[in-house]
Amino acid sequence: MGITGPLGLGVERFWRRLVNGESGISAIQSFDVKDLPAKIAGQVPPGTRAEGGLDLNEWIPVKEQKKMGRFIQLAWVAAAEAIEDSGWAPEDEAGRCATGVMIGSGIGGLEVIQEAGGLVAAGKSRRLSPFFIPSALVNLASGQVSIRYGFKGPNHSAVTACATGVHAIGDAARLIALGDADVMVAGGAEAAICELGIGGFCAARALSTGYNDTPAEASRPWDKGRDGFVMGEGAGVVVLEEYEHAKARGAKIYAEVIGYGMSGDAYHITSPTEDGEGGYRAMKAALASAGITPEQVQYVNAHGTSTPMGDDIELSAVERLWGDAAKGLAMSSTKSATGHLLGAAGAVEAIFSILAIRDNVAPPTLNLEEPSRPSPIDRVAKTAQERKIEVALSNSFGFGGTNASVVFRAAP
Amino acid sequence: MSETAEKVKKIVVEHLGVEEAKVTPEASFIDDLGADSLDTVELVMAFEEAFGVEIPDDAAEKIQTVKDAIEFIEKQQAAA
Repeated sequence: MGITGPLGLGVERFWRRLVNGESGISAIQSFDVKDLPAKIAGQVPPGTRAEGGLDLNEWIPVKEQKKMGRFIQLAWVAAAEAIEDSGWAPEDEAGRCATGVMIGSGIGGLEVIQEAGGLVAAGKSRRLSPFFIPSALVNLASGQVSIRYGFKGPNHSAVTACATGVHAIGDAARLIALGDADVMVAGGAEAAICELGIGGFCAARALSTGYNDTPAEASRPWDKGRDGFVMGEGAGVVVLEEYEHAKARGAKIYAEVIGYGMSGDAYHITSPTEDGEGGYRAMKAALASAGITPEQVQYVNAHGTSTPMGDDIELSAVERLWGDAAKGLAMSSTKSATGHLLGAAGAVEAIFSILAIRDNVAPPTLNLEEPSRPSPIDRVAKTAQERKIEVALSNSFGFGGTNASVVFRAAP
Repeated sequence: MSETAEKVKKIVVEHLGVEEAKVTPEASFIDDLGADSLDTVELVMAFEEAFGVEIPDDAAEKIQTVKDAIEFIEKQQAAA
């Protein structure tokens, strides 16, 4: 597994800081925010690898860096950690052909699109870089990773807005189950913290604007004072492997993907239905494919973006599906610490769900001071909780009314 | 070495990420300096920008070595 995001580089460091209740939200550094109502984000910290920061020169040859949008660079770094962690390095052609890549992104190379758009607007279309298109294309994260490692199996990419990460992992697991690959490098990457990204989501009235002076308090899922999501950037990558294949080579197995469910709202371009039935059906399908009942799940990593409408709609859907079992359930939103990593969210949150199982810890929902409504579900307010967690479900819902849930179980 | 030659060399080093010593006049961008076709397109654009010259596609195709680049640019500058 590999992560790069607002709480730094490296899965173990990121997880430790998350469980400790640290926030990765801060004032935007990369451009002047004076014209924008949202001025904060969850940014990948600069710094050395040893400090948990990102110095691209430690990871990617300089000549290659300019051929990648930032989301690809972040995917590259997370993939490097994940692949190294997995110990998978196929030595023959058959092994390479049985290894695929499925890293998605919600938006792709938005900052390079912004830059290129500037050239076009200035009448300089002839000055567009030959690397502009391959820097911006969503599937080039998968492409670049495959080129670097020689993985010649399925090369694919999910693009389903904020559900991308879960779709990538779920679809990749299905490709393995269907026999298209033995190993899939899967995940999501996003880097939309630029004027176009922040401005665009501000225009859709989706971002928090009331906590610019206290960034760590801005992402507050289910809290009465929530006023929109905080944008985050980063990447999460996991290495999925057919069980017997992993066992045969003595691989470190964190957890098993046991369920995956998807649905569409067929309702509105940005809003879920009021009863959250789309998310409900995705979770129900995921549990059905896992062959388990709700009471067998101890932890849910919520989509919970800190928007006024979405959080309680998801909560209601979980309450309805879990029924009486809701009172035994822990559900938290780690977006309270990371912000919303859009297409990477589902991937990093899958990793948190897996680590929740490994360590029997539910990570906290920061800033949940006063819930806008009560619930029998323990939303792990402010402080992490030690709990017995054997099965965890992670939700991601995206614009366009796309919903996905994935279920993990402790390694057999 | 002329000023133009120095500048060309510097651009090649920056854009292709190669050691300065490898950027000899005879060095071919593709065969010796590890460039691919997109890299050469970008390199030509960088020359255009740095020297304020225009390098049409048919001329760009003929620029294959460091020397080709220097000679083309110097000719353009002399004509201007």
